[in-house]
Amino acid sequence: MARKRSLIDACLTPKSEVPASLRYAVSTLTWLAVIGLWSLATYGGFMKDIFLPSPTAVIGAFFRLFEDGTLQQHIWASLQVVVIGFLISSLIAVPLGLLMGTFRVVQAGLEPLVNFIRYLPVTSFVPLFILWIGIGIEQRIMVIFFGTFFQQLVMIADVSRGVSKDLLNASYTLGASRRDALLHVLTPAALPGIVDTLRITMGWAWTYLVVAELVAASSGLGYISMKAMRGFQVDVIFLAIAVIGLLGLFTDTVFRLVRLRLVPWAN
Amino acid sequence: MSVVQLQRETSPAEAGIGTATSGASATEPRLRIKDVRLEYSTRGKNVVAIDNISIDVPDNQFAVIVGPSGCGKSSLLYLVAGLAEPTSGEILLGNEEVDGPGPDRGMVFQSYTLFPWLTVRENVEFGLKRRRMPAKQREEIVNRYLNETGLAAFHDAYPKQLSGGMMQRVAIARALANDPKILLMDEPFGALDSQTRNSMQKLLLRVWEENRKTVLFVTHDIDEAILLGDRIYVMTARPGRLKEEIIVPIPRPRSMDMVMDAEFIAVKRRILDLLKNEIKDDEH
Repeated sequence: MARKRSLIDACLTPKSEVPASLRYAVSTLTWLAVIGLWSLATYGGFMKDIFLPSPTAVIGAFFRLFEDGTLQQHIWASLQVVVIGFLISSLIAVPLGLLMGTFRVVQAGLEPLVNFIRYLPVTSFVPLFILWIGIGIEQRIMVIFFGTFFQQLVMIADVSRGVSKDLLNASYTLGASRRDALLHVLTPAALPGIVDTLRITMGWAWTYLVVAELVAASSGLGYISMKAMRGFQVDVIFLAIAVIGLLGLFTDTVFRLVRLRLVPWAN
Repeated sequence: MSVVQLQRETSPAEAGIGTATSGASATEPRLRIKDVRLEYSTRGKNVVAIDNISIDVPDNQFAVIVGPSGCGKSSLLYLVAGLAEPTSGEILLGNEEVDGPGPDRGMVFQSYTLFPWLTVRENVEFGLKRRRMPAKQREEIVNRYLNETGLAAFHDAYPKQLSGGMMQRVAIARALANDPKILLMDEPFGALDSQTRNSMQKLLLRVWEENRKTVLFVTHDIDEAILLGDRIYVMTARPGRLKEEIIVPIPRPRSMDMVMDAEFIAVKRRILDLLKNEIKDDEH
């Protein structure tokens, strides 16, 4: 049967490939639909601009806050908190997670406690952190750390548990010591999984950041959102949401590039 | 256990082979497996995987263990590698008792165990690097084994770019580059398609002729066992026992054409007989 399958056929067949041009077209269409509906609702007068600002209002808010420098200042404040909190968390979680997934003793010691804490919503700790360390940047960093660390620990331990024992055995028969096996086999083998874990948890860190800034902060994107709510500046709220989304997209791209660079053999 | 010398038309002396005893006296056996027993428990049940096996493999011999699946032949190899411990008995390499894994017992696994983050060259180099061998010397050795296994053109490739047969070639080069006293091979061609398997057997025969390294090779493929082996240990199904040791009376260098020779078929018939009884034993 030499009959060429139709495009519709390809679209309806599970897991079947479709041309790249079609994929891009559909992706663009989704965005256009969202912006179109938004425009219709606002310019068409279906929604009051006090609840839903028009696209031009949001763009206007962007230029207003960009020109007086407040936007940059708050983006910088947010970035600082997220990056510092995430770095501290990752620097401890990566080695500790590797040990937890590799040594049964470490696993036995940490896992029950970590699994308990992991299910506690970080938001429930915010009042405690404010009481303990105030409402400065340290408190927000603490929220990010607390929100990401335990998740990272468990996920990285899983990555290290997933490294094939045959790889370790092969290295032993080639003369590797236990230290060699840990440094030259387990760690590089776990690296793609580690990078993936960091990429996923970075997204969560952004979520916790906004939570922390909404509750108690004097700067940051969550803070300007909160302030805008009090002044009924819905356009600024939308702007803050859009900026957070774009920053998330940016960090995600960075992680994807890091993965390509760091572990080209796994792609 | 019995040692069987299958007759061929030319005398054993002429073909350069002897009985197990005369072969052992010519060179001191390098690998000695003495009364090794392996038990383990799963779900509270005690399983005897290997039941008192004794094997002597003289130096520079290609020894093959064949047996039905689940006969503990791979477990035996893991014990020799030091990756598992026998319940009782001992394993000696030269005069030293095996205690944990080490570079003197190189191993090629059935599963692909190349380090995916290292290139072909870096994989072959792995053991030499652990020994802190200087770069120049390393390169020389690595080049030699890359050439021997026909991998020179692929030295910069990553494992994921290679076919299954190529990966096992790298694994063989990697183990040999370390210059082990014995090479352990656990069904290394088991996952390959039959054509690739044949070409790998040819390659292994050629490489072995060049190195004459003592080999302990595990397989369930009888043709492969006869084609490669100087001696074949036939094992019974669980609990794994040694049923017979067969000295293969086929001269070297060997080639694929020999599978049609009378000696080859005689050995094959003998092994098939042994394994047929084995299946019957299993049924009651």
